[in-house]
Amino acid sequence: MQRLSRVRLERRLTTPWWLSWVIPLLSVALALLVGALIIASQGVNPWQAYRAMFQGAFGSGYGVAETLVKAIPLMLAGLGVSVAFRMKLWNIGAEGQLWMGAWAAAGVGLFLYPAWHLSPWLAILLMMIAAILAGGLWAAIPGVLKGVWQVNEIITSLMLNYVAISWVLYFVDILWRDPGGLGFPNTAPLDKAIWLPKLTWLPLLPKGHRVHAGLLLAVLAAVFLWFLLNRTKWGYEVRVIGENRDAARHAGMPIVRNIIIVMFLSGALAGLAGMAEMAGVAHRLQRGLSPGYGYTAIIVAWLAKLNPFGVLLVAILFGGLLVAGDQIQLTMNLPRSIADILQGLILFFVLGGEVFSRYRLRLR
Amino acid sequence: METAFLITILATAIRAGAPVIYAAVGEIFAERAGILNLGVEGMMLVGAVSGFIAAVQTGNPWVGVLVAMLAGGLLSLIHAFLTITLHADQVVSGLALTIFGIGLSSFLGQNYVGVHGPQFEAIHIPGLSDLPFLGPVLFQHDILVYLTFILIPASAYFIHKTRPGLHLRAVGEDPATADVMGVNVARIRYIYTFVGGVLAGLGGASLSLAYTPGWTEGMSGGRGWIAIALVIFAFWEPWRAMLGAYLFGGVQALQFNLQTIGITIPTYFLNMLPYLFTILVVVFATGERMRRHLGAPAALGLPYIRGER
Repeated sequence: MQRLSRVRLERRLTTPWWLSWVIPLLSVALALLVGALIIASQGVNPWQAYRAMFQGAFGSGYGVAETLVKAIPLMLAGLGVSVAFRMKLWNIGAEGQLWMGAWAAAGVGLFLYPAWHLSPWLAILLMMIAAILAGGLWAAIPGVLKGVWQVNEIITSLMLNYVAISWVLYFVDILWRDPGGLGFPNTAPLDKAIWLPKLTWLPLLPKGHRVHAGLLLAVLAAVFLWFLLNRTKWGYEVRVIGENRDAARHAGMPIVRNIIIVMFLSGALAGLAGMAEMAGVAHRLQRGLSPGYGYTAIIVAWLAKLNPFGVLLVAILFGGLLVAGDQIQLTMNLPRSIADILQGLILFFVLGGEVFSRYRLRLR
Repeated sequence: METAFLITILATAIRAGAPVIYAAVGEIFAERAGILNLGVEGMMLVGAVSGFIAAVQTGNPWVGVLVAMLAGGLLSLIHAFLTITLHADQVVSGLALTIFGIGLSSFLGQNYVGVHGPQFEAIHIPGLSDLPFLGPVLFQHDILVYLTFILIPASAYFIHKTRPGLHLRAVGEDPATADVMGVNVARIRYIYTFVGGVLAGLGGASLSLAYTPGWTEGMSGGRGWIAIALVIFAFWEPWRAMLGAYLFGGVQALQFNLQTIGITIPTYFLNMLPYLFTILVVVFATGERMRRHLGAPAALGLPYIRGER
C-alpha cells in the first residue's frame, strides 16, 4: 500500500487518439494472456486452443455464420442495455426481459396465429410487437419503482430475471408443453411460415447457414437508437440526465417520465432479442433458449462504450467467443466455461486499462 | 401439529438465513467503507466450489471453510484494485466480478458435480437443545449457523463501539475528512473490501458444506444479490441484516413446506417467492429510508482521489 500511494494519478485533459485504441487492444491481449494460463492449467497448449477458437468462430464461412447467429441476440439485448446505461440506469435484467419477449412472441406464434388465421407477415409483426410489449413492460417495473420511489434498479431488475425465467419455464414445462415432444420440455415448433426468414442473399456464407432476419432488426435498431440519442431533443435529455441529474432537474427535464421510457425501451430491445432467438433459431420456446445472452449483453454494451454501432461490432466478437467456447469443448475437450472466464477477464482488463486513458501516472 | 410446523419453519429459516447473513454482513463492511461490491454472487459461488473441493481433497470441512474464505477474499482484491487504486466504476467492476466468478466456479467445479463430500453435521447443544420450542429452533444447527449468532453482535459492536469501526464509518461517510485526520483511506477500503470477500466466500462454503452439501453450478441461486438487497433493507446495520436474512429464510422454508400442509401451488410460483419477497423488502426499505431520512454511507460508490472534488 505504501508503494501504491507513491504513484499519483493526474486527470488527462485530452486523450491522444492513438491511446484510445492501443489501451483497449493491449487490455484484451493481457486478458488473453491470463486466460492462457488457465487453459495451460488444463494441460492444453493455449496457443493451439486460441487458434482453434479463432478458427471455429471466424476461420470458415460456417463459423462466421454461427458467430453472427449468436451475435444477433447479443446485439439487440446489448443495444437495450446501452440505452439504460446512457442514463446511468443499471438495468441488469436484460436476461429476464429477453425471456419475457420470447414467451410473448411464442404465445402469438403458437396460438393467435392459427386461431385468428393471420397472414404470416402479420403474425411475425405481431410477434415482434408482443415481444416489445412484454420485454418493455417487464423492464418498466423496475423503471417505475426507480422513477417514482427511487428503489434501487440493480436489485429489482436482477430479481425479476429469476421470476421471469420461472414464469416462462412454467409454460415450457407444463401449460404449453408439446405432448408429442418425446419427453423433452419444449413447446411445439412454430409453423414454418412464421419463422424469421433466413438471409440467404448474404454473400460468402455457406448454403444452409442459419443467419436470420434478426440481424436486420438489430442493424435497424442500432440506426434508430443512434438517431434517437444523437439527433433528437429527447436523446439530448437522456444524455443530460445520465451525466448530471441535478442539472437536468434544474433545466426542468421530466426525469421520472424519462426513466420509465428508457427502461421500457431497454426492455423492449431485450424482448426483441428473445423473439429473434425464438422465431429465428429455436423456432419454439424451450429450456436453455438463452445461455445468458442478457448478462453477456451487459459486457457488450459497456465495452462498446454504449455506442450503438460499437454494440453491433462487439456483439460479433462476443458471438464469436460463444461459438469458440462450443468449439474448444468439442475438439479440445476444454470446458465451455473458459469462454465465460474470458468474458470476465476481458472486462476486468479493459476496465483497469481505462484508467490510463483518463489519467496520467506520475511518480513522486 | 401446528407447533411442529412452526418449529420446522423457524428452524429452516435460521438455517437458510445463515449463508445470506455472512454475505450481507460482508457487504455491510465493504459498503460502510464506501465500496459497493456487486460481485457478491460471484464470490459466493467461487467460495462454495473452492471450499467444497478443498473439503473433498482433504476430507476436512474446516479446510474447506478456510479455502473458501481465502478464495472470496482474493477475488474481492481484484475489485479493490480496480476501484480503489485504478478508480474504475464500482458498478461495472462488481458486475464483471460476478460474471467472472460464475464462469470460474463452473470451470473449477466441472469434475465435482454430484460428488459426495464432507459436511458439517448438526450439533445439539447439551441442555439448551432440549428446551421446548426454543431448543429445536435455535440449538440443533451446524456450527456455521452458530457462528452467525456470534458474527452479528460482534460486527455490530465493532462498527459502532470500536476505534477501527469509527475509522471505517469515517472513510465511508467523508473520506476527505478521514484523510485529514490521518486515516489511510485506500488502506481501510482495501481491508474492508477484503473482509467482504472473505465473508462472501464463507457464505458460499456454508452453502456447499452445510446447508445444501455438494456442488451444483450456480448453486447460490441469486443469494449474493439477495444479500446486497438485504444491506439496503438493513440500513447498513448487522442486526437488521440478520432480521432480513431470517425473513428470507422463512420465505424459503414456506416454499419447501407449504406442500406438506396440503397447499398446492406449482413449484414454479413457489420458486419466485424469495425473489419477489426481496423486491418487496427493498421497496419498503426505500420508502422507510425516505421517511426517516436515513442515508447510505455518503461516499458509497465514489472513488476518493486526494485533492479532487
